[in-house]
Amino acid sequence: MFHISRSYRIFSILNIVFLALLSITCIAPLLHILAVSFSAAPAANANLVKFWPIDFTVASWALTLENESFLRALGMGFYRTALGTVISLAITVLAAYALSKEDHEFKGRKIYIFYFVFIMLFNGGLIPTYILIQNLGMINTIWALVLPGAVNVFNLILLLNFFRTSVPKSLDEAALMDGAGHFRILFTIYVPISLPAMATIALFTMVGQWNSWFDGLIYLTDSAKYPLSTFLQTLIVQKDFSQMNINPDEISMLSQRAVQSAQIFIGSLPILLVYPFLQRYFVKGIVLGSVKE
Amino acid sequence: MSVSHETKTKSRASSGLRVKTKWNLKRNWPLHALLFPAVALAFVFSYLPLPGIVMAFQEFKPWLGFFNSPWVGLEQFNKLFTFAEARQVIWNTLIIASLKVVFQLIVPILFALLLNEVKQMGFKRSVQTLVYLPHFLSWVILGGILLDMLSVEGGIVNQFLGSFGIEPIFFLGDGDWFRFTIILSDIWKEFGFSAIIFLAALAGINPSLYEASIVDGANRFQQVLYITLPSLLPITIVVATLALGNILNAGFDQILNLYNPMVYEKGDIIDTYVYRQGLLGGQFSYATAVGLFKSVIAFILIITGYRLAYKYADYRIF
Repeated sequence: MFHISRSYRIFSILNIVFLALLSITCIAPLLHILAVSFSAAPAANANLVKFWPIDFTVASWALTLENESFLRALGMGFYRTALGTVISLAITVLAAYALSKEDHEFKGRKIYIFYFVFIMLFNGGLIPTYILIQNLGMINTIWALVLPGAVNVFNLILLLNFFRTSVPKSLDEAALMDGAGHFRILFTIYVPISLPAMATIALFTMVGQWNSWFDGLIYLTDSAKYPLSTFLQTLIVQKDFSQMNINPDEISMLSQRAVQSAQIFIGSLPILLVYPFLQRYFVKGIVLGSVKE
Repeated sequence: MSVSHETKTKSRASSGLRVKTKWNLKRNWPLHALLFPAVALAFVFSYLPLPGIVMAFQEFKPWLGFFNSPWVGLEQFNKLFTFAEARQVIWNTLIIASLKVVFQLIVPILFALLLNEVKQMGFKRSVQTLVYLPHFLSWVILGGILLDMLSVEGGIVNQFLGSFGIEPIFFLGDGDWFRFTIILSDIWKEFGFSAIIFLAALAGINPSLYEASIVDGANRFQQVLYITLPSLLPITIVVATLALGNILNAGFDQILNLYNPMVYEKGDIIDTYVYRQGLLGGQFSYATAVGLFKSVIAFILIITGYRLAYKYADYRIF
């Protein structure tokens, strides 16, 4: 390609070493807490564990996975994620299809676009939103977690741009000529063609739902309904252990640090599991979706 | 809908394609119907709270409601500019957010440039896989990990620094170190993901430019300087101008999960302040005024950013 000088070769080697170290720093924290979670109490308490467990034991994991409060929160986390993703994805696909039409085909499109972009730019803020949720009687219900954020304008734009760039206009017109209606065109042409883009958005939404913790903290007063992220936040950050009903004798045998590490790791596990699928799609999805035709 | 009816609407539609002024409700009602769920949800959860902003001009009492709470004009905003605490919070927000904005522009570009020099595809892919990951973990998870790793009493980071003879650093308990930690950890979490857009731009550069420069005798450094960097300029302008809207977003999730009363002085930002004063402290009106102040400035900055991006890089979101 170009003349490879000696200095460039040295640069290349240093560059690779640097990038390798940089990549390692991105997963080192997870590896560290994983090692702590599998270590026995004395080593964990004395901060001896680096990236490999000392006196390997699954006691911390066993305690965590046997704890009723933790399991309930885990279940709530999954429930919230599934429900929120289905609702949000359905709404986004329907709206993105309509908005992907040209201005002259769909009068009113511009008004709708403005309507959605406005909420991306300006909102009532924390307190008015909270008071609204309260007045709607949604405090302590799952709806307070899944409905307010169901319309994600960013995802909507991503998908509508994907529809515009990836579905050939001629396909659309041919279907119209053959007498297909909009519903039919959407489900038999757009949806199958756009599966990768929809997978991207579904995975982003899943990650977002799984990671959300603040709405649970303010809208749920009954901590038994907390999804896992909120549960972990009160436990780990606020150090409020009252919810984890653990037998005091049991905890004295274990390292609290190791137990927490196990909990944190389990909290990130669903992300780590969907990540391979996520990674395959999102680069393409984002780049295509963000480029205007 | 019967078949004959559909054919009729269709034939009318084909002529309607060129007539711009017709609403075409007969053919297009499904489009409005498809939009209905999104419109309804946006109305309830985004538009309905907007009138609630009036409480910023009231002394809102929940039991009196919006209609009976006394009006106080701009008094809540007065507090915002006279309370030393509020001014400190605005200042903290500006410092933390602008440093984040600057570094979240520079670091991803540098990273993309370095990664672009790697010719081994397998290595390149592995690096990408690893550096994107932290973006998807929440600040609850990362907060939990950082609290543990940065602890003064034997946290792994202080142990590591100790092996070089450095005294333990109170990363999350000392104001200046707290800011440093917030900014560094934010860069660490996001640089890989932010680099995607620059990597895409790098992949899009026409290879013939490089070939021509080789003929002219340019070395790799000169190629980067005269071809790669100028090619990245448009996307850099877009990202920079759009980042303008974030100048008051210092990272609510991150700070709420990492801070503690010891670092309020230098680490408290507008969003965390609104949460503490409003939802925890019950000062609904004051907190709403602070939030409104932030929203209005952010709104102006975002509009300015889009205008600039459109003007200098021909960027449009639609």
